[in-house]
Amino acid sequence: MKKIKCECGHINPEGTVLCESCGKPIEGNQHIDGNENSKLINMRYDGTARRSQTYNKSIIDKIWSFFSSVKVGVWLIVIALVASMLGTVFPQEIYIPADAVSRDPAVFYEDRYGILGLIYYQLGFHNLYSSWWYMILIALIGISLVICSLDRFVPLYKALKKQKAKRHETFLNRQRLFSETETVSNEDIETVKANLKKARYKVSDEDGHILAEKGRFSRWGPYVNHIGLIIILLAAILRSTSLMYTDEYIWVREGEQMVIPGTSGEFYIENKDFVMETHDENDERFSQAIQQEGTVPSNFQTDIVVYQDTNNSIPGAEPVLDPILEESIQMNQPAKFDKYTLYQSGYQMNEFTNMTFKIHETDDPDETSLGTFTIDLANPEAVYELDNGFEVTIEQYYPDYHMNNGQPASQTNYPRNPAFVMMVYPPDNENPEISFLGIGKNIDATGENDYKLGIVDFDLHDVSGLTLRVDYTLPFFMVGAAIFMIGVIQGMYWQHRRIWINPKGNGILLAAHTNKNWFGISKDIEKSIENTSIKMVEDQQELEE
Amino acid sequence: MDLLNLSSTMLYTAFILYLIATFFFGATIRQEKSDRRKKTKAGTIGITITIIGFIAQLVYLVTRWMASGHAPVSNMFEFMTFLGMCMVLAFIIIYFYYRFTFLGLFALPITMVIIAYASMFPTDISPLVPSLQSHWLYIHVTTVALGQGILFISFVAGIMYLIRQIDQSVRTTKNIWLEIVLYTIILCVGFILITTTFNLMNYNATFEYQEGNQSVVTEYHLPAIAAPNEGTLLTEDAMQPWFQTPAWMQGADAGRKFNTVIWSFIAGTILYGVIRLFTRKRIGAKIQPLLKSVKPDLLDEIMYRSVAIGFPVFTLGGLIFAAIWAQIAWGRFWGWDPKEVWALVTWFFYAAFLHLRLSRGWHGERSAWLAVVGFGIIMFNLIVVNLVLAGLHSYA
Repeated sequence: MKKIKCECGHINPEGTVLCESCGKPIEGNQHIDGNENSKLINMRYDGTARRSQTYNKSIIDKIWSFFSSVKVGVWLIVIALVASMLGTVFPQEIYIPADAVSRDPAVFYEDRYGILGLIYYQLGFHNLYSSWWYMILIALIGISLVICSLDRFVPLYKALKKQKAKRHETFLNRQRLFSETETVSNEDIETVKANLKKARYKVSDEDGHILAEKGRFSRWGPYVNHIGLIIILLAAILRSTSLMYTDEYIWVREGEQMVIPGTSGEFYIENKDFVMETHDENDERFSQAIQQEGTVPSNFQTDIVVYQDTNNSIPGAEPVLDPILEESIQMNQPAKFDKYTLYQSGYQMNEFTNMTFKIHETDDPDETSLGTFTIDLANPEAVYELDNGFEVTIEQYYPDYHMNNGQPASQTNYPRNPAFVMMVYPPDNENPEISFLGIGKNIDATGENDYKLGIVDFDLHDVSGLTLRVDYTLPFFMVGAAIFMIGVIQGMYWQHRRIWINPKGNGILLAAHTNKNWFGISKDIEKSIENTSIKMVEDQQELEE
Repeated sequence: MDLLNLSSTMLYTAFILYLIATFFFGATIRQEKSDRRKKTKAGTIGITITIIGFIAQLVYLVTRWMASGHAPVSNMFEFMTFLGMCMVLAFIIIYFYYRFTFLGLFALPITMVIIAYASMFPTDISPLVPSLQSHWLYIHVTTVALGQGILFISFVAGIMYLIRQIDQSVRTTKNIWLEIVLYTIILCVGFILITTTFNLMNYNATFEYQEGNQSVVTEYHLPAIAAPNEGTLLTEDAMQPWFQTPAWMQGADAGRKFNTVIWSFIAGTILYGVIRLFTRKRIGAKIQPLLKSVKPDLLDEIMYRSVAIGFPVFTLGGLIFAAIWAQIAWGRFWGWDPKEVWALVTWFFYAAFLHLRLSRGWHGERSAWLAVVGFGIIMFNLIVVNLVLAGLHSYA
């Protein structure tokens, strides 16, 4: 490695732009930070040697330089930004509305948005945020974060640690804030030192060469916040493994007890009651809004009991259920047990639990019952034998009946609108009569039936949709976010301010640098040199011209 | 409901006070030339009135909170009003740091546009749906609004910088773009004017149209230029629509919203035309001389400072608090809902702004353009995403 010796005697590593000790611009390296043609010197990383700017031979050097460039980083951010925007043009697949003609993305996008929708779907933008190229983009940003930070942090840390108060004249007069005073008394210098100390500057004095420094830790802010972001990205990778993250959606009927999927059969849930409440339309605070927009729900709640199977460890054993939790889950109030969290996520009102039918003679005006039977809609039986010899078989069962292109069909598997095709076998008769029954429908296919079926009674229940989550990655995200916030506040709300006062003849050179808030450092200087003969610094970088 | 009446009166009072304060800030133009940092009488009066206005708006907030039982940040009207309040707060803070009175002449009128714009949406108190019933509503929304309010100051400083610095002697791409930004602000004023006019006239036209399998009725409060797609006019003696909203415009009540956009363009363009007729200059060129006494460095500094202060606040409220709440309410802290995505887009944008500035030396004009675009993204997220791309955050 070629070392560069400065005239002050300090030996700098190859690629140094400003001498680490005295700050004198090093000849031949000024192009690196673009200092050749400007009046001011670029103080961004204090002119330290950065790997990316120094070596450019091997492939690794080239990759390193590529990712350490902020220009590349910003481009990656901009591309991610534009890509993210694209994904909101039409809804993502998970947000296809429930009332859509079809929730099949192959149909939905073209049906609703025409040719643009079709292109959107074919490009895979309906799952943009989980697409391989979006992932790669985010990964590239992550790589860029790491390399950018390392490339700058290490040399900057070294340079700021060993900085000297004595600086070369060209370093001082090429700072943005600079002034030269011909004659200054020692008292004045002492006053300034005292004032700077009062303003909480750390003042060091090397035989009359003064460096006043404040807020250096803010320089580490960007690196700290980048560490936070990297932790967040790593957490996101962890989250994609099933080891760290479980996600199940379950529908539980009122009164039903079932094993919770995703818990290896260890936990059972019972839905005791689902409650949906609405805001009172007579509440005078809200009456106008409710009149305008219709009823507004105020609460979704499932009262649950969670049981633990204490026999779970023995394979094949009968479960022994021990209630461990009784709770009302509401929106914003999930239930927690063991390592799991249950969220209130959906509901279905008024599903049919069971229906009771009776048989009567078709031409009996009183419809006197000849016998009744009850169908449990969760488990309908094939044949119902009645006490008086009638037999009813269920030929077809449509839990959620609707007409699809003239054909009866079931929209879902949930008994929301049950309908049946039933065969009625009168006592000692081999020839059945066919009936079609549903809510508000009672059709005699032939018109010649002697017996007719009728609905006597039915029971309804609600169904709760619950989400079960295990997310071990949450603490990592929290830590990442906290570190990011600390870093960003550290970097943004504090500034690294440095003021140099070096003697020259009978007078002094006064220069100052800050990484942001030049207004603030000017005020500091103004206050410190009050009532002395020292000239106020001039801002050598006016944007006007 | 007395509390509610008091509340709206206070909001109205605040609005008028901001208007008066603007005039006092305007009066500081001449004094500024001699010494920018010296306290001026007009400036002191201006900031005092602004603070009184802010307190009035605070009373509005508190009384409305008491009347409704929840923090008034739950619908479009309430949120935008609150955002306006945060903008004023950010202005007051920046004022006491930089003592730069002239900022008020630009910041307050734009804030007033926001507040007036807000009151074009239904102002009824709406009850909270279950997912919004959480303390995180206040925590998340107030932090986001505060962050956006601070970023708004960077927009104001940015636009002042551009007006101050861009050459207006010949027509260039730059000053046309600047003019487009100013024209956009005037479009908002056009929207406010035209909506208020027809509201005062109590204009109403009812349409019926098909949405999916359902027949929907919608009320137009502006004469229908664009009817809903396949819609029929039910009201007699209302203006017949000129054409139908194209079918590809989706979303709740697309026709009515499209019609409002058309009217805003018409009213805004006429207003802009009238202004041009009187000034005979680009608006930017007309305002430019006012800003001659302002140092561009100071504007640049304020613009950057407010991004530096606002960015962490926005991150905390718009991403971190948002994620925590989403985790509690829905069991997932991030779901790629359009509003979430646009918050991320905003965050990406300001992150790029800071990197360009710190490492690539984008100061002055480039930085000013970015500040303007950044606030444009925030407004897009507020207005377009809520009204057009509506997801979980749908307000209207």
